[in-house]
Amino acid sequence: MNSNWMTIGRIDDIPLRGARCVKTPQGKVAVFRTAENEVFAIEDRCPHKGGPLSQGIVHGKAVTCPLHNWVISLESGRALGADEGSVATLPLRNTDGELSILLERRLEAAE
Amino acid sequence: MTEKIVIIGNGMAPGRMLEELFEKAPGRFDVTIFNAEPRVNYDRIMLSPVLSGEKCYDDIVIHNDHWYASHGVTLHKGARVTEIDRQAKTVTSANGITAAYDKLVIATGSLPFIIPVPGHQLPGVLAYRDLADVEKMVEIAGAKGRAIVIGAGLLGLEAAYGLKRQGMEVTVIHLNPTIMDRQLDPPAAYLLEKALTERGIDIITKANTKRILGTDKVEGIELDDGRVITGAMVIMAVGIRPASSLAKDAGIAVNRGIVVDDGMMTSDPNVFSLGECAEHRGICYGLVAPLYEAARVLADRLIGGTSEYHGSVVNTKLKVTGINLFSAGDFAEAPDREEIVLRDASAGIYKRLVLKDNRIIGAVLYGETADGSWFFDLMKRGTDISQMRDTLIFGQSYQGGSPLDPMAAVAALPDDAEICGCNGVCKGKITTTITGKGLTSLDDVRAHTKASASCGSCTGLVEQVMALTLGDAYNPAAVTPMCTCTELGHDDVRRLIKAKTLKTIPAVMQELEWRTSCGCAKCRPALNYYLVCDWPDEYADDYQSRYINERVHANIQKDGTYSVVPRMWGGVTNAAELRAIADVVDKFEIPMVKVTGGQRIDLLGIEKEDLPAVWADLGKAGFISGQAYAKGLRTVKTCVGSDWCRFGTQDSTGFGIRVEKFMWGSWTPAKLKLAVSGCPRNCAEATCKDIGVICVDSGFEIHFAGAAGLDIKGTDVLGLVKTEDEALEHIVALTQMYREQGRYLERIYKWAKRIGHDEIRRQIMGDPEKRRAYYDRFVFSQTFAQVDPWSERVSGKDKHEFKPMATISYNQAAE
Ligand code: SRM
Ligand SMILES: Cc1cc2nc3c(=O)[nH]c(=O)nc-3n(C[C@H](O)[C@H](O)[C@H](O)COP(=O)(O)OP(=O)(O)OC[C@H]3O[C@@H](n4cnc5c(N)ncnc54)[C@H](O)[C@@H]3O)c2cc1C
Ligand code: SF4
Ligand code: FES
Repeated sequence: MNSNWMTIGRIDDIPLRGARCVKTPQGKVAVFRTAENEVFAIEDRCPHKGGPLSQGIVHGKAVTCPLHNWVISLESGRALGADEGSVATLPLRNTDGELSILLERRLEAAE
Repeated sequence: MTEKIVIIGNGMAPGRMLEELFEKAPGRFDVTIFNAEPRVNYDRIMLSPVLSGEKCYDDIVIHNDHWYASHGVTLHKGARVTEIDRQAKTVTSANGITAAYDKLVIATGSLPFIIPVPGHQLPGVLAYRDLADVEKMVEIAGAKGRAIVIGAGLLGLEAAYGLKRQGMEVTVIHLNPTIMDRQLDPPAAYLLEKALTERGIDIITKANTKRILGTDKVEGIELDDGRVITGAMVIMAVGIRPASSLAKDAGIAVNRGIVVDDGMMTSDPNVFSLGECAEHRGICYGLVAPLYEAARVLADRLIGGTSEYHGSVVNTKLKVTGINLFSAGDFAEAPDREEIVLRDASAGIYKRLVLKDNRIIGAVLYGETADGSWFFDLMKRGTDISQMRDTLIFGQSYQGGSPLDPMAAVAALPDDAEICGCNGVCKGKITTTITGKGLTSLDDVRAHTKASASCGSCTGLVEQVMALTLGDAYNPAAVTPMCTCTELGHDDVRRLIKAKTLKTIPAVMQELEWRTSCGCAKCRPALNYYLVCDWPDEYADDYQSRYINERVHANIQKDGTYSVVPRMWGGVTNAAELRAIADVVDKFEIPMVKVTGGQRIDLLGIEKEDLPAVWADLGKAGFISGQAYAKGLRTVKTCVGSDWCRFGTQDSTGFGIRVEKFMWGSWTPAKLKLAVSGCPRNCAEATCKDIGVICVDSGFEIHFAGAAGLDIKGTDVLGLVKTEDEALEHIVALTQMYREQGRYLERIYKWAKRIGHDEIRRQIMGDPEKRRAYYDRFVFSQTFAQVDPWSERVSGKDKHEFKPMATISYNQAAE
């Protein structure tokens, strides 16, 4: 039990240098796949004004927010360059191409 | 009577001498030049960028035909002088032209040295000296295969790099244990060899060529140790010798080169020699800086002055993109010398200064060369450095206490500090010319001072001097790189995409040496556009490199919902269309319906997941995407025109619709908005559009380069045409010209300002063939572009864009 790893789909469901979003009870999560086939999950809310990061352009291990071009690191969730702010990152597991994310424990308690 | 000067050889040295001469004594001389090469004077230093495809011949011409004409110079191209008659004071060329002189200048340059090994006369064995050599190399490189370069000196390595960029495999053979051994010490040579090897160039040192293999053309080489390397061409870059035989045959004193005194005079007082063919105080120079110094002296002598040339100290830089290397002076070890060395292995930096009696006598810098000119300056002046010995190697910015930023370092340079080594231009000359002549652009500064006009490696310094002199008035936009992923500007990238037939984003990034693995949000959309525009039939549009609006064909709103704007051709609609819109609004509970500034209707606040369904319903009523999100054709606004309006002169509505139907779907550098007004009252506001049409009794007046957004600017007239068909052809051709030349995100008015309105008129109004060719290319690309993106997505394309990957419910999450 209490493993909160949730299967969300396969890596091939996400285009290379692209993203998909996953709707969860704790808000939308953006799942990214880089050119190098790495995957990252972060909250789908830009630290600037809440822009949907899953809609941005993915480059290197970063995404550029579609609303005002902040660049967010997919590894740390932090805004890069002169901007300051960060979004939550989520643990993501890739088992032979099957992806799962770890949702927060406190959801259990909330239930 | 005007004095007659005849010059043999039209290279860089006499070119510079003439500039000095015409500035000091315009009209005083009657000048005739003989040139063995069939062309004008070009920048030989820049042959390497031409070979690598980074520049073309036109870019490196120093004096064009107009220059010779305007200075009354007779230039005999393709005329090799074979005889000097010092008695009669005439010279004669192989093709039979004879010219008489009062003063003769021999400037025949050098001859590349060809090692006489067996096979050296085979076709495919080339030297590296002039444009013809480069043309032959590029031709052979077209068939790919391997090129073998003999000699790892400056020229050999530049040739190797250029050929690699042309897509060849390259092997460099070098006799000595380390490369560029005349300019580099072994540690710097090691770093350079490593960097070149990483660029895919094979280097074999301690190797002697035994013979060149092949029967009727080059097939490879054999080394002394028996190794065989196969290849389709062999470049000999093992050295040069002064071209002095002509002078020798005429009985002029010749040693290695043509012997001259401090006034550049040979043993005959009416004959002078200049450039690589001359030998001054026992030295023959092989770089332009000293030749240019001597050129100044000779110009002064010819007008009766008494200047003297005392020889030069030289420095070397390698022009291989991405490799920074500087060397000057003497850096051999000796008991009476000391050295200071700085290494940073992780950054690939090596610096070494050789000192004697507290003065710098040699410098080798690899990896970071910004301080090269400062060290060189200290070396030439013989400055005693004992006061700053401890921090000397850290460079100029560390002197005088706290570190300075690079700008401050340039600000601290004295006025007589040399900025441009090739042309001997000091800081003071640049600043006074900028202020005196009111210069604002780098090109102007190059034109007036020559600073950075030769090898270009001091461009950054010159720009810093400009920024210091002009303050905020200096706008270096002309040379701004596309983004931090590359050093290249938009124009260079566009040109290279064509020149090197690059057809994918990874190919562009690889070939143009992007610094990041997959670009950034600035360069990727730009590259995607350039490739869509240049290879409409072959390039597979990369949606991941498009901004979200163009990727999902709707406009993202601040809350993450989208807006949808269907095309309403020319702003005309009808009951059925309006009813369909009304139904969609009801069905999807669309919160806002608004008439746009572009004469159509915007449906705002639609959830992303609903977009395909909304489009499906709109599509049934005949709507296609209005592309209100596109860097492409947006709207064609019209007024009611001759059909209804009492002043209308032509069918402006009908023509606007025709244009919109012809041009929809096309991608452009920035958005493109058109309008057609039926008379000069201009109710469609055509005179502030990218392209506008004002109908008049006699036809259609085409306008362009207007703006009404961030900038407000009325249009200019392109020209008047009689018929609708002609108007369409002109508008389409203009659009295509802009598509091919514009920088990404550059609206027509900015592009036009850069290119010149007259140039656009000349091509579109004045050159029917060009116009037709632009038109045809547009039409061709439309066959691939005119696909309605909405109906494509209704039928399932990019499904993943519109659905979440997964939806996790509360229960699941808490399980
Ligand atoms: C909807 C509309 C306003 C309206 O309600 O009328 C509009 C809405 C937007 N305009 Fe506009 N512009 C609209 C007509 C105009 C006009 C008027 C016109 O076209 O005659 C102009 C001035 C004319 C011009 O372009 O020169 C105009 C000049 C701009 C500019 C400034 C462009 C510039 O180069 O200076 C921007 C910013 C940009 O593109 O970077 C902009 C950007 C925008 C964006 C796309 C902002 C954005 O990036 O999200 C807005 C999108 C809203 C949306 O999602 O629909 N909009 N915008 C108009 C849509 C026209 C259409 O039917 O397609
Ligand atoms: C690929 C390459 C890269 C270089 N890079 C650099 C660099 O980075 N920095 C640097 O300082 N220098 C560089 N150099 C060297 C520099 O180009 C030369 O020092 C300079 O061009 C010499 O000028 P010049 O006028 O003496 O001779 P040239 O420029 O060689 O001109 C001589 C001209 O005379 C013509 N000629 C010869 N004989 C006759 C005749 N009998 N009748 C008529 N015409 C004749 C030749 O055809 C030629 O056009 C480079 C050279 C090459 C080839
Ligand atoms: S003027 Fe254009 S860009 Fe500005 S708020 Fe209005 S619609 Fe948006
Ligand atoms: S909301 Fe992301 S940059 Fe403004």
